[in-house]
Amino acid sequence: MAKRSIVPFGPQHPVLPEPVHLDLVLEDETVVGAVPSIGYVHRGLESLVKKRDFKQYVYIAERICGICSCGHGLGYCMAVENVMGIEVPDRARYLRVIWVEMSRIHSHLLWLGLLADALGFESLFMESWRIREKILDMFDETTGGRIIHSVNKVGGVQKDMDSSMLRHLLETIKDIEREMKPLVDTFLQDYTVQSRLKGTGILKKDDAILLGAVGPMLRASGVEYDTRLLGYGAYKDLSVEPIVSGDGDSYGRCEVRLKELFQSFDLIREAIGKIPEGDIQTPVKGNPSGEYFMRIEQPRGEAIYYVKGNGTKFLDRFRLRTPTTSNIPPLVETLKGCQLADVPVLILTIDPCISCTER
Amino acid sequence: MEKARAFTLAGRMLKNLFREPATTQYPFALADYPERMRGHVRIEINDCISCGLCMRSCPSDAIAVDRKAGTWTIERFDCVQCGSCVSVCPKKCLFMEKGYTEPDSVKKSETFTKLQTE
Amino acid sequence: MEYENDIREINARQFFPAIVKMRTEKWRLVQICATTVEGGFEMSYSFCKGYDMRTYRFVAYGDEEVASITQIYPCAFLQENEAKELFGVNITHIKPDYKDKLYRIDVETPFKEKE
Repeated sequence: MAKRSIVPFGPQHPVLPEPVHLDLVLEDETVVGAVPSIGYVHRGLESLVKKRDFKQYVYIAERICGICSCGHGLGYCMAVENVMGIEVPDRARYLRVIWVEMSRIHSHLLWLGLLADALGFESLFMESWRIREKILDMFDETTGGRIIHSVNKVGGVQKDMDSSMLRHLLETIKDIEREMKPLVDTFLQDYTVQSRLKGTGILKKDDAILLGAVGPMLRASGVEYDTRLLGYGAYKDLSVEPIVSGDGDSYGRCEVRLKELFQSFDLIREAIGKIPEGDIQTPVKGNPSGEYFMRIEQPRGEAIYYVKGNGTKFLDRFRLRTPTTSNIPPLVETLKGCQLADVPVLILTIDPCISCTER
Repeated sequence: MEKARAFTLAGRMLKNLFREPATTQYPFALADYPERMRGHVRIEINDCISCGLCMRSCPSDAIAVDRKAGTWTIERFDCVQCGSCVSVCPKKCLFMEKGYTEPDSVKKSETFTKLQTE
Repeated sequence: MEYENDIREINARQFFPAIVKMRTEKWRLVQICATTVEGGFEMSYSFCKGYDMRTYRFVAYGDEEVASITQIYPCAFLQENEAKELFGVNITHIKPDYKDKLYRIDVETPFKEKE
């Protein structure tokens, strides 16, 4: 038997922007076990809910994370709306879907760039992030912020998109889609990319369910599960199909995310085609009393927002279970048996967002 | 296939040679901000009635209103540009303007005082 | 399309058999949440199967021991450690137990209600 050694990995690592630390147990170059630890950026935002009133907390919820910001605001708002029994106007539901899908595009493009960077494919990284810039500009134009949008509020959305903005959005998406085509070819066909991704970090279907994987990680293992099919927001009127890949390896996860990008383009087009005229918010009266578990599909996977109100303007408890929390145990499983050099890429394929996870 | 690639590359090279740079010559050419940009909060202090709603709605406690002195103070460095104060203001005397806040070496606040009209 | 999303109150004795049953029926563990209530903690364990979601809930009073479910659902370790560290729920036999070192914070059990 080879000698075992323990290699500390992270929280500072050249390819990994996220503060996660792993203690890797190695036999020669092969990983046989890993102990994850987080905790470098804990801010205790969950307990802040007792000190800020529930309408103010929207702004804090969306500042939990920079990349999933739009979704966090939306998830929190919808949880509170469900507790209070508020019906959101149709136009607001559609606008929310458009913004959330835009944030899915920007998050997936960010991930693709990071993946290319981890593989050492600099130009692919630059290209992905250059395209991402267009969607960020679009956010800037429609919401007033590139990363933190502050458009969701309890009872609707704060800003409307007029027809010229929607037209501009359609044009941008068409542009992005055209520019994405060569990128997709490179990600899926290029042998440098394939040799790093194919067959590494395989997560079997049963393991994925048992270990609680979510989002693209779960779908890449062949499980058809997409929380958008619950029909929250305007998704019940749109055609959402879960995108599945059967292999369960890193390549599969990359493929799922690439296809989801194109799905998001289609969803935005469909939503813009169907968007009704009307109000964008309903007035909110009273305070939340009761509890609700809200599930939404973030770019990284299913996120759960739990809200418990006690009839005052301060909530008793807000809990956010982020996709990364659920994806860390499957990550540890996929790391077993891989080579040390593949560890950064494998961590990246779960699309980790540690700052979200620690809240 | 190889030929096509060579042409793409040559075309791109020629284009890059004669094209204008993608970046702007900051600070000589200023960045172009979109209309809705949440850059900083501006107040029309003389329309302000010192009700204090903005102070109570601010999630980062950046605003202080003194009703007696008629002042409105904002900690520019605490402000997170969420626009909460702007949306609750009953007199609509707060505005979200484009353009970022000025950088500084010390944390300081900005105070606006109402003109006394009696 | 209405999917199940209900909360079932159980007592501490029914808790473990319920979790084992979920495992044999192949439900996926989605979240564990601790909430401070009068005199103890309300523990909610949510599971998903397909698009249905079910939450089991019981109240652990004071320092009452709560057995870890990591023997049944190994992926529960992060969230159980979190509940233990932030709220001070007395969860025993977590595998692996981080012993208050999951979050590198100075305060012990910051979310626990202080008397």
